[in-house]
Amino acid sequence: MTEKYNMPDERGHFGPYGGIFVAETLIPPIQELNAAYHQYLKDPEFIAELDADLKHYVGRPSPLYHAERWSRELGGAQIYLKREDLNHTGSHKINNTVGQALLAKRMGKTRIIAETGAGQHGVATATVAARLGLECVVYMGSVDVARQSLNVYRMKLLGAKVVAVESGSKTLKDALNEALRDWVTNVDNTFYIIGTVAGPHPYPAMVRDFQAIIGRESKQQCLEATGRLPDALVACVGGGSNAIGLFYPFIEDNSVKMYGVEAAGDGIATGRHSAPLSAGRPGVLHGNRTYLMADDDGEIIETHSISAGLDYPGVGPEHAWLKDTGRATYVDITDSEALEGFYALTRMEGIIPALESSHAMAYAMKLAPTMTKDETIIINLSGRGDKDMQTMAKREGIEL
Amino acid sequence: MSRLAAKFEELAQTGRKALIPFITAGDPRPDFTLPMMYAMVKAGVDVIELGVPFSDPMADGPVIQRASERALDHKMSLRRTLEIAAEFRKTDQLTPVVLMGYLNPIEAMGYEGFACAAQRAGIDGVLTVDLPPEEAEEYSALLTTRGIDPIFLLAPNSSDERVRKMDAAGSGYIYYVSLKGVTGAGHLNIADVENKLRQIRANTRLPVAIGFGVKDAQTAKTIANLGDGVVIGSALISKIEANLDDPDQAKNEIVELLASIRQALDC
Repeated sequence: MTEKYNMPDERGHFGPYGGIFVAETLIPPIQELNAAYHQYLKDPEFIAELDADLKHYVGRPSPLYHAERWSRELGGAQIYLKREDLNHTGSHKINNTVGQALLAKRMGKTRIIAETGAGQHGVATATVAARLGLECVVYMGSVDVARQSLNVYRMKLLGAKVVAVESGSKTLKDALNEALRDWVTNVDNTFYIIGTVAGPHPYPAMVRDFQAIIGRESKQQCLEATGRLPDALVACVGGGSNAIGLFYPFIEDNSVKMYGVEAAGDGIATGRHSAPLSAGRPGVLHGNRTYLMADDDGEIIETHSISAGLDYPGVGPEHAWLKDTGRATYVDITDSEALEGFYALTRMEGIIPALESSHAMAYAMKLAPTMTKDETIIINLSGRGDKDMQTMAKREGIEL
Repeated sequence: MSRLAAKFEELAQTGRKALIPFITAGDPRPDFTLPMMYAMVKAGVDVIELGVPFSDPMADGPVIQRASERALDHKMSLRRTLEIAAEFRKTDQLTPVVLMGYLNPIEAMGYEGFACAAQRAGIDGVLTVDLPPEEAEEYSALLTTRGIDPIFLLAPNSSDERVRKMDAAGSGYIYYVSLKGVTGAGHLNIADVENKLRQIRANTRLPVAIGFGVKDAQTAKTIANLGDGVVIGSALISKIEANLDDPDQAKNEIVELLASIRQALDC
């Protein structure tokens, strides 16, 4: 890997990935967004407002917690959890929505739209829209509406309109399609808050930059706690925003290994999974070139994961680049392994993780025992498990 | 001269406007498309836009989305769409055929593989909805050297600079998306289209076909007169959708609508 990392280029390319692949009507709003983003990124007043919101509204910095009991139990590396689950609204998603909403306000937009899978990004968007008094419409696949009803209710309480999307596979990718259709129709007054590091440029870079606070804090907290950099980072990857947020500030620290954990669903061999980096191929979807789950004809394949937030056939283009260059390693964890991670953290540390984050926990359970006791792993605990109580209870045959 | 360029020149010389129907290949069934193409030629169309079904048609409204889903249910694909076009070309050497779709099926085939296959199938133009000219250099060159026109979109919010960019990057014709929205939307504003066409004309000499939101003969005539031709898609596909049990009836209704538009355009 290079010493100096300065991806993407000015047109949003991470090597062959990324770029801007959208219908012509979206080119002007994307140019407008790109200009505003670059302007405010360097604006001390904007940065000060963002920092204040992150501190007082989101509750940052989030703790870096040493999971001592669990580390001892696994008998290897020391595990530290980056507690994004303790943020306002319960996940890392709010880091990005706070930033994009401030941009929307600066740009004079009065209407916010978003897509959501598990509902965490939808809730985080509805939250900032409520706070700024902006109209908010959230698109969500009808399958996800059914399995994440708690978050649907939260969004409605916050004043957002939740639109259940019935097209295609009725999950996150279809919610994204529908949000893009809304944006094309309402470009003049509408700001589209994309929740992950995908979409056309500048979204992958912009969302990364808003999420990179996770890695910046982690680095400093790890140095304070252990006196050195971590040896490995572990994060789950759907679109990949929590992973890139943790990884990005460490990219030039070559001693730090990075593991992105994709959802293997029923197992890669069954074809019922959501692991484009592990088992997909490059292609173009939702505005960028990246690894996708597609068939030989280029049609997008339906994905499967126990966690709605990882149930997406693409992945952020920067992850595609980090995979190809070998800077990050991408692994996969099945539904049943993720459940083991879920129960382990819950019972060993008294922390109930989101099913998405449970994939990272499960991989760390494999990784930690292969490392020595004086080595350190940071896992991004990207969200809390409250939203998954119904899913888990149902699996256990309990009616809530 | 390409078949598209020749067609638009002929239309200009006779003072007529191009009637360009859009149907999705394989909708409602694969065996519907070829006879439909022949019937549309008989009804007096000038260019046929053949939609390549895609699993995630982000720029399309519900009508064309459902057409894509029906076609995909029958395993329609880019490869099979090209086979239909090749079959059509065997007996019709005159009517230009333009493929319209999304980039990923073309990526899966590979740009060069696709360009060769399209040339063999007698395709005259390719309109790739999610491929702006900035990302299209290599792709357009592969098409152009094989006599296939890369066709680009313009939108109501496109700047003069964008129009000039499409003028430089594209050939055949420019497809003007007459409203901000998805295909089949219903809020077409004639005065806006008229103003925009003035701006477009000032920046390109390519023919301009206007589409999105055209539903009947009268609107088609008004719109066509502002440019060089009119594209009609969702209104045709609605006929298919209304007659899923009776494809012959769908075909008759489509022919009837196209014939009425042809008549309106020419009088």
